[in-house]
Amino acid sequence: MASLKEFRNRIDSVKSTQKITKAMQMVAAAKLRRAQESVESARPYAARMGAVVGNLSHSMTDQPDAPKLLVGTGNDQTHLILVASSDRGLCGGFNSSIARKSRELISNLIKQGKQVKILCVGVKAHEQLRRIYSDKIVDVISLREHKHIDSNIAGSIATRVLEMFEAGEFDVCTLVFSKFKNVMTQTPATQTLIPAAGSLDEPAELPDLGGACYTYEPDEEEILNVLLPRNLSTQIFQALLENVAGEMGSKMTAMDNATRNAGEMIDKLTLQYNRKRQSMITTELIEIIAGAEAI
Amino acid sequence: MTDKLHFSLVSPEKELFSGNVDSVTVPGSEGDFGVYPEHMPVMTTIRPGAISVMNDDAERRIYIIGGFADVTQEGLTILAEQAVELADLDPAKLAQDITNAEEDVRDADNDDKREAAEENLDTLRSMQSAMNA
Repeated sequence: MASLKEFRNRIDSVKSTQKITKAMQMVAAAKLRRAQESVESARPYAARMGAVVGNLSHSMTDQPDAPKLLVGTGNDQTHLILVASSDRGLCGGFNSSIARKSRELISNLIKQGKQVKILCVGVKAHEQLRRIYSDKIVDVISLREHKHIDSNIAGSIATRVLEMFEAGEFDVCTLVFSKFKNVMTQTPATQTLIPAAGSLDEPAELPDLGGACYTYEPDEEEILNVLLPRNLSTQIFQALLENVAGEMGSKMTAMDNATRNAGEMIDKLTLQYNRKRQSMITTELIEIIAGAEAI
Repeated sequence: MTDKLHFSLVSPEKELFSGNVDSVTVPGSEGDFGVYPEHMPVMTTIRPGAISVMNDDAERRIYIIGGFADVTQEGLTILAEQAVELADLDPAKLAQDITNAEEDVRDADNDDKREAAEENLDTLRSMQSAMNA
């Protein structure tokens, strides 16, 4: 039987754990609010960008000299999977669900006989994927040194992807990230980044131009050359923001559960502790009475 | 409402402006152009410069770095990489920034750094001239 002191120690240690989880929950809640704001304020830009690309691609996709970023290399043998996860753990199933989604995608592609390359953004998914696909991982980009996700980080990742694309290292680029629905739900999602025409959910409705013809300045091709890389970094930026919000939401829920569990455990331990104490007092009393009677 | 132009200005971080205005002057890469209601559809890239938004005889000038302007039947959308309200800029601070940037150009010890510093300086200078205009 554990002694009273042991019980006390256990209660103390659970209490300090509870303090930590409580603090983490509150930090996550504060960060979540900020992350949510930035996701929501970034959405219009990404949406407009998508609409503009959609408009332009209408007029370009049929042309033989359309940019490869838009229509692809005409090949889909090599896939680059961009896996965006968080950099820290203790956020419930957040990273595992991203890793699971990527694994499904990757094993499907491998079954179809495709080449797969993986670029991890955020170390957590890398930790899970390297067990099976260590030979396919090209690089890991850690977000740890960046305090806030800003468009520069997304820009540098986009540049990296573009360099690889131009070097002919892959044909199709797919992004795996977690879509932030609300605090409780984050769904892992995939998105085709390259070719950009494939990322449009449906052929965008051509806006009613009232019979007028769209004028492009300078010309379509030049605009697309600027627009497509920008679009790539915008999509990555958006995904990273969704990820941060999702991570914080998930962490908040996980830490809330942990705090509650710790509370339950403290209650249970305290009850046991009190029973033990009472039974010890009773034993002592019986001993004294028995001693007195013997005299 | 037909005599008003729907104008929205969005940057990657947030939507800066959305509403109806009289007209907007945009520094397109091929030259400045004014957008009034019922403008024909145009899609163009933007060079760094100030856009001027006219509404009820009040002018708002916003400095924009990089981006696209998209004019459709519904209105004008500007996707800007960076946007600063010129009225919010402090001339003294800008002058100080320019001095700092000039120092950066002098102190740069390799070509990459110098290029970045010069680009920064150019942006600041054009910002200043836009403000004085």
